[in-house]
Amino acid sequence: MEHTVQFAPATGLLSGMWLLVALPAVSAAVLLLLGRRADRWGHWLGCLSVGAAFVLGLLSFFALRGQENRAVQLNLWEFISAGSFRVDFGLLFDPLSAVFVLLITGVGFLIHVYAVGYMEHDEGRRRFFGYFNLFVAAMLVLVLGNNYVMTFLGWEGVGLASYLLISFWYVRPSAATAGKKAFLMNRVGDAAFVIAIFLLFAQLGTVNFDGVANQVHTLSSGVTLMLGLLLLLGATGKSGQFPLTAWLPDAMEGPTPVSALIHAATMVTGGVYLIARSNFIFTANSTLQLVVVSVGALTLLIGAIIGCAKDDIKRVLAWSTVSQIGYMFLGVGLGGAAYALAIVHLLAHGFFKAGLFLGAGSVMHGMRDQVDIRRFGGLWKYMKITWVTFGLAWLAIIGLPPLSGFFSKEPIIVAAFERKDWTAWLFGIAALLGAGLTAFYMTRLFMLTFHGPKRWTDDIEHPHESPPIMTIPLVLLAVGSVAAGGLMVGPVPKWLTPVLGHEVRGEAVLAHSAITILAIAVTLIGAGLAYLLFRDGTATAPQPAGALVTAARKNLYIDAFNEAVFEKPGIFLTRALVFLDGKGIDGAVNGIAASVGGGSGRLRRLQTGFVRSYAMSMLTGALLVVAAFLAVQYGWFA
Amino acid sequence: MNFPFLSVLTVAPLVGAVVVALLPRTRPALAKQVALGWSVAVLALSVAMWIAYQAGGDRFQFRESYPWIPNWGVRFTFAADGIALVMLMLIAVLMPLVILASWHDAERGKRNVPVYFALLLALQSTMFGVFAAADVFLFYVFFEVMLVPMYFLIGSYGGGKRQYAAVKFFLYSLVGGLFMLAAVIGLWVLGGHTFDWQALVDANFSTGAERWLFLGFFAAFAIKAPFFPFHTWLPDAGGAAPAGAAAILVGVLDKVGTFGILRYCLPLFPEASRYFAPLALTLAVIGIIYAALLAVGQNDLKRLVSYTSIAHFGFIGVGIFAFTTQAGTGAVLYMVNHGLATGLLFLVVGMFVARRNSALVSDFGGAGKLLPLLAGVLLFAGLASLALPGTAPFVSEFLVLLGSFTVNKTVAVIATSGIILAAGYVLWMIQRTTQGTVNPALASNEGMRHDMSLREKVVVAPLIALIVLLGFYPKPVTDVINPAVKATMADVGASDPAPAAGTTEAAR
Repeated sequence: MEHTVQFAPATGLLSGMWLLVALPAVSAAVLLLLGRRADRWGHWLGCLSVGAAFVLGLLSFFALRGQENRAVQLNLWEFISAGSFRVDFGLLFDPLSAVFVLLITGVGFLIHVYAVGYMEHDEGRRRFFGYFNLFVAAMLVLVLGNNYVMTFLGWEGVGLASYLLISFWYVRPSAATAGKKAFLMNRVGDAAFVIAIFLLFAQLGTVNFDGVANQVHTLSSGVTLMLGLLLLLGATGKSGQFPLTAWLPDAMEGPTPVSALIHAATMVTGGVYLIARSNFIFTANSTLQLVVVSVGALTLLIGAIIGCAKDDIKRVLAWSTVSQIGYMFLGVGLGGAAYALAIVHLLAHGFFKAGLFLGAGSVMHGMRDQVDIRRFGGLWKYMKITWVTFGLAWLAIIGLPPLSGFFSKEPIIVAAFERKDWTAWLFGIAALLGAGLTAFYMTRLFMLTFHGPKRWTDDIEHPHESPPIMTIPLVLLAVGSVAAGGLMVGPVPKWLTPVLGHEVRGEAVLAHSAITILAIAVTLIGAGLAYLLFRDGTATAPQPAGALVTAARKNLYIDAFNEAVFEKPGIFLTRALVFLDGKGIDGAVNGIAASVGGGSGRLRRLQTGFVRSYAMSMLTGALLVVAAFLAVQYGWFA
Repeated sequence: MNFPFLSVLTVAPLVGAVVVALLPRTRPALAKQVALGWSVAVLALSVAMWIAYQAGGDRFQFRESYPWIPNWGVRFTFAADGIALVMLMLIAVLMPLVILASWHDAERGKRNVPVYFALLLALQSTMFGVFAAADVFLFYVFFEVMLVPMYFLIGSYGGGKRQYAAVKFFLYSLVGGLFMLAAVIGLWVLGGHTFDWQALVDANFSTGAERWLFLGFFAAFAIKAPFFPFHTWLPDAGGAAPAGAAAILVGVLDKVGTFGILRYCLPLFPEASRYFAPLALTLAVIGIIYAALLAVGQNDLKRLVSYTSIAHFGFIGVGIFAFTTQAGTGAVLYMVNHGLATGLLFLVVGMFVARRNSALVSDFGGAGKLLPLLAGVLLFAGLASLALPGTAPFVSEFLVLLGSFTVNKTVAVIATSGIILAAGYVLWMIQRTTQGTVNPALASNEGMRHDMSLREKVVVAPLIALIVLLGFYPKPVTDVINPAVKATMADVGASDPAPAAGTTEAAR
């Protein structure tokens, strides 16, 4: 065992870290319990609580920097205890949770402010902010828990908030269905997650992060593999990775700020957090790492391919999120130094993807909720701030130097080429290909939306820029999109070393500079191709297409597969059982009951007049009791 | 502190029932008020008992014993361990809320209002008795008498096929009761002519006799709980009973089955319990999956909730027969939490049904638009029912699965897949009733214009508060349950397995 993980008790300012969770939680409770009485000011309370949490998060961050042991825990009360099992309602503030807290509250605050404007005309705005605050509180529990049960508590809490917000406009059947789908697919991952917790307890007798980290070396490799696969399945559910990917694009049924905060910047990165937090488990088994890397590489390609074929601005961005989180999974799967790189990409992605979604929301706001990019075009003239901020985020995500995405994505591609065997080529090339595809679909999206001829429907006369309460967050996120990657790629991995360890990097199969040049080249090719194809706009009607494009339009048949393999047979099984339970089991048991009661004729008679039958049953019972006791009394049995 | 809590708690509601029943039929409001006041007084007494109970003290407390039938050694013996205490408390908490929720239920059918509330109080009395009894014969008597008020509540005040449902309920229970009666007599004969629980625990039975006696008790409890495949009476009874009675039926009365297994089957017949555990686990696990699938397919809200309860009883069964401290504690906690969550769910469904005069899912649709608050409470109750973390049922389900995983991975993993199905039946029900476009028939319905009244808010608020409180801080209840479960596991001769890997000092 190299070193023992030990958490110091929280003191000073850090002993108030429970407030990080409590502030948004109390605000959510107030907004949801007060009802319409809070309609006038509810949204401001919502913003205020998240803003206050951000300030507290910053102060806590600086307090943590001054600590000798940069892992501080606060056990609030005994949560669940039985026999030798015990977990506390405990929080852990360490470098990894600190960066997540800043991302969640910081970007979360900007999106809250934006939503004040975006949801202004929605009668459910207060309810929206209640759910939004609930989400922030749950997400903070997820990243602040000091044991797996606490993580799971937050994990399910964000799942609930996600469900509530996807189906926020619940009158729309599609929104209700999408919310349910998200919850159900997540539950599959959740079941795997809890089984992993059971396995930890059965094997190690503890589910606290420190206890597990210190004992993980005692596990057999088979158990470690099983444990990791279960956690991975949980992570794929929350993060919309293969095979549990299909819910995420449908989640776009929710209001756009929801897509920005929950389904792009924070919640869907929960899976990456879980794997990074459990790095001691994943590092311990190379087969496990290979599986994670494969899931990441496969998903980043799936997301990018489907993203190229979509016409709904939010769905393109959703598949893009799937693809970008694939890069993060690739990173945490590669392990070693790439853990930190994945986190850097996660943070950078939080900025530019939030910016892209909010930009998309701003476009929809000015275009009567139109989402079809074939119906946009030339919007740069009408919404200049949205155009510029969206443009910067676009350049950031495709990874053009010196913007954010370049610094965060390119190192992951390099790390993929650093694998020890031939798989370096496999995953390296997949990551490069993904970069090219990303450049293609994002450029297509950008060109069709803001440039080329206008293709609007007649009902839109004056596209307009959004009010300042929406554009100011856009500008701030754009600044982040430009600068975050370059600023973070150096210090953040160093900051995360206590949690994720520091490892010497391997030799890449290609020279570092060659990979960089290749990455920039595929980006330029992808972007250039999209520019040439779409600079003059596109047809507004669906075009005939080859097999691959058709497949991509149909989400590579993932939904069709789920429907044929799970949904249809499930419904059939349910119907069959309902039929059988009535006829079979009930009939058989009724038959037995009837014969015990003395023939089915009597049963039928019993059902006719209830008072008489009741009296008769009681009489029979009473007689039996008396007879039995008399029998015993006179020793007929003894 | 020698106040005879248990006998007073058993008798007090019965006196109340007589008083209420004697009130003139023409003054229904008075009957309601007296019944409500009485049940609140009983609740206050129960709270005093809860405070007087010493969590780390003797296994059985508040012991009272009075002679009854000396020839047979039958005595009125009452005593409560932690398991009984939490169930008594659950009854005391639920009853005033059920009375308040049933305020207008009896009037609708132009039936005798005072008798309805008298029946509820009488039911409370018998339920107190069954959980407080520490004499096997006394338990048996309460176990059977308990049927009578419930029979009339379903048969006289229910809806739909109420007479069929009531008779079916009665017959199933009676058949189970006969098995138990045979076993009770056998116990007396073989156990040294006594009905005293402690004396019978100390008695020794031959292996064969023990197994037969176990089966006699188990049959009664498995029907009562109910476990697959003895469950088919419950959807009929739950579907036909008035919502308040259904909440009591499923929330508390059925728990006598699982309570009986814990109090009688395990301690009295430890060898047989271990012998039959695989069978019981199999039935329980089938029940979880089977009933959940059936719940998905239901089109009647009350039947749907009944089926979810059968699935939940499967979880309790797994928890009991896993024989570990975690699973056992989880099972008992599940009995409490399920009473709160399913009780709430039944009451809320009742509020929907009262407005629409129909329990059919297809008669709703988009109700959230018309009744946002009530729809929100339905969602909350549904989420508690699917054991979402942050609600009380999560803690119990987690402990059941955790504890059973340490000894039987297959059972635990199959049972865990039940949580996916639970999300399925709850969310699909929510979607079909409250979401989507508003059903035109609803929009023109007079009842659907009124969201929750103050009375209805008062009914649900304490349950919601308890569910959230116990979801984050279950310690007050687990502290009471834990010692009793440990003692029961010691009775059955089971001990928790040690961690398979790991170093003991690092496990703290």
